[in-house]
Amino acid sequence: MNYEDRLQNVTVLGAAGKMGSGILLLTALEMADLGLKPENRSKSFVLNAVDISNDALKGVMKYLRKQVLKAAEKKTVLLRKMYQDREDLIENSDIIHQYVEDVLSIVHPTLRIESAYDSRLIFEAVNENKDLKVKLFSQIDKHNPEDPWFFTNTSSVPIGIIDQEANLGGRILGFHFYNPPAVQKLVELILSDNTLEEVRKFALAYAGKLRKVVVPSNDVAGFIGNGHFMRDALYGIREAERLAKDMPYITAIYLVNKVTQDFLVRPMGIFQLIDYVGIDVVRFIMQVMDPHMKDEELHSPLLDMYVEQGIRGGQNPDGSQKDGFFRYEKGKIAAIYGPYVKKYIPVDEIQETAEERFGEIPGSYIPWKATLKMKDKDAALKAFFDELKTMDTLGAKLAVRYGRRSKEIGEKLVRDNVARSAEDVNTVLLTGFFHAYGPINEYFD
Amino acid sequence: MKLRKKIYMTAGYNTISLGTGRSEFNPKKSRPGIEHYIKEAGQGTLKKIGGAKNIDEGVIGNFMAARFNKQGNLPGFIPYIDEELQWKPCSSVEGACGSGALALVAGMKSVLADTAGTVLTVGVEVQNTVKAIYGADILAGAGWFQKRKNGHAYFFPGQFSDRAGAYYEKYGYERTRKGFARWFRNAIENARLCPTAQEHENKISDLEGLYLSREPNGKFFVDNLTVFDCSKVSDGASALVITSEEGLKKCGIDPQDAVEVVSFAQVERDVTKDPPDLTELTTIKKAVHRALDDAGITIDQLGTIETHDCFSIAGILAVEALGYAKPGEGADFVAAGHTARDGRIPINTTGGLIGWGHPTGATGVHQAVTMWEQLTGKAGEAQIEMPGDRPYGLTINMGGDDVTVVATVYKRG
Repeated sequence: MNYEDRLQNVTVLGAAGKMGSGILLLTALEMADLGLKPENRSKSFVLNAVDISNDALKGVMKYLRKQVLKAAEKKTVLLRKMYQDREDLIENSDIIHQYVEDVLSIVHPTLRIESAYDSRLIFEAVNENKDLKVKLFSQIDKHNPEDPWFFTNTSSVPIGIIDQEANLGGRILGFHFYNPPAVQKLVELILSDNTLEEVRKFALAYAGKLRKVVVPSNDVAGFIGNGHFMRDALYGIREAERLAKDMPYITAIYLVNKVTQDFLVRPMGIFQLIDYVGIDVVRFIMQVMDPHMKDEELHSPLLDMYVEQGIRGGQNPDGSQKDGFFRYEKGKIAAIYGPYVKKYIPVDEIQETAEERFGEIPGSYIPWKATLKMKDKDAALKAFFDELKTMDTLGAKLAVRYGRRSKEIGEKLVRDNVARSAEDVNTVLLTGFFHAYGPINEYFD
Repeated sequence: MKLRKKIYMTAGYNTISLGTGRSEFNPKKSRPGIEHYIKEAGQGTLKKIGGAKNIDEGVIGNFMAARFNKQGNLPGFIPYIDEELQWKPCSSVEGACGSGALALVAGMKSVLADTAGTVLTVGVEVQNTVKAIYGADILAGAGWFQKRKNGHAYFFPGQFSDRAGAYYEKYGYERTRKGFARWFRNAIENARLCPTAQEHENKISDLEGLYLSREPNGKFFVDNLTVFDCSKVSDGASALVITSEEGLKKCGIDPQDAVEVVSFAQVERDVTKDPPDLTELTTIKKAVHRALDDAGITIDQLGTIETHDCFSIAGILAVEALGYAKPGEGADFVAAGHTARDGRIPINTTGGLIGWGHPTGATGVHQAVTMWEQLTGKAGEAQIEMPGDRPYGLTINMGGDDVTVVATVYKRG
């Protein structure tokens, strides 16, 4: 079966979720483009969008229409060529409209898992629950005569275990998109010991068509991305807990977040990132990873406490941020949650005293955003971190320690054979987390 | 055309050219509509001539309000400028991006025919109502619709990209791009001196370096041009009055504060036919030489020119059509700085279409306003010195791909 035949009937499980909807969009565009090729015009392409709520599916179809329109407006030059033989489509607006219809007509939203019984490829983006994944895969595989291939978007469950428990005979791999899949360039590719070579080859071809950067990761729970993020987050939480012995708890949270964003030149602070991903999701990923870790404990009682109090972070369906460690107004931190008083305290109340505590940021500071367009980013970062290292303030010291810890985590991933190389670790952080520099560097030595 | 009596233009007014580059522009926020621009420009002009009572007729130049703004019947917006214009004769004319100059011609013909003493002329276009990819559909109306299907997504950039490609092929790529780079630099540097220009706030220092750092990429745009070769999407209006000697007196305006139109030439090419030569602007060539002949002058007597550089290649080809350089040497002429504000013949002294902006149907009027400012010493920071032995100015306004062209020769009144 060639590439196009494989993509003739595809199912996305969990299609209305944050990751599923992005995977659905990218796959729908790829399938529509294949279907528009003259040699494929007689074939039909079907993409089942399976989820558990009609409302959510309605929402994802709306999202899809909007995003496909945007994509069409961007690639109209190409679309005019693709629709060259359609004499009735003359203006850009005619062509764009037709393309949106053609893409959406491939997608079949449904609550029924049975739709997947005809599919040759299954993308899975349901909850990070191994047993659920195994159950779904077994059921589909049992009823599907096509010997389908399974691409799981898990960011933490070992692929080999799913393969074995669902008895898939190597027709599975981990194809881990980053959030949001339509924007983030990175895909972590994880093979089990049994993954078939033809499945791997197809995955690489598909990733190539989507213009993704593929980083292979070994099948160790958490892989590279979460392998770094979870440990980095735990370090941040522990730093905040340590500081809280000496200052109000919310001040400590504010400080560590500020230091990790500004002093480390990252796109967001560590607690904002946890909110973005979801406090409950981070906690859950740690739970999934923890049993597989020999010499360390991936668990935070602090996160347990937040989740128990119903403070979960994550995003609303419209993409806005839910309350977590912080409450946000127009994307900016407006208040900090105090788990002991169980309410949000306006950030203005503590900002000034907190900022006095950690001292001024060095004059050579460059905001993260400015690094994106810099030609000689490395020199500018080096100058900034060199200055940081000479300073005796709390903020500078915290930042330097944090940078060193991030490097240790990265090196451990290489040492434990999760990543092939330091370069792969850095690529994941640069493209999947949008960091300005990879964790394995010499800035903090 | 040789004129049977003296015709003057005066009291010019430009709104800003709004679009990307202006700090007032926010694509996500609502913007003033077409009526706002007509009113602002019209009132700006009326203030300088003692009010609407001195106006006998109104003409509006616009290309595609019917599609950009879903608005027709534009003559009805002239009385909206000032209630004293109510019940006076008004009309609207269209000739794609040459609409502005056609409006001026309509006004001049009325004064020449003695059907009006003083005509208020407004050019207007408001284009930021749609995304550029849909705007390209609308602007493609300046070509023949039968050719739209096989045209580029960005239809007009596509047409002029073909011209640029033919020029590269014949005369060399690097050499031509150097000329284009200088054209771009001149446009932005001149625009910085004009507060209403779209590129007024452009602060980039190495403009030629920036230009040359980007290669054309046909995958995303057109094959032979980049965004720096193109005028931007603009909202704007310009206005002035066309009048006679008596009209000037009636408005209380010293002839020194007006420009006299020495001659104008209006030339049309068949829109259904391809251009006879991609490396020549044949219609522009005919129009400028007819206008210069009728004025009884040569290019050596011109002190400044406003030409229709919707694309850099159109600027270079106009330089050749005028006769400043032989075919194939226009790019070298520009690269040597001869068209800069301190060069042999300053062209587009407030930025032209690439620098000032290109509200399509308004551009012809904007060019005349700039000429009036320069020849009467009202160009502010953008003022150039007009040499005594070269007192004439020339404007060239073009609609479509060298289809509807008006060339006009001016001198100070």
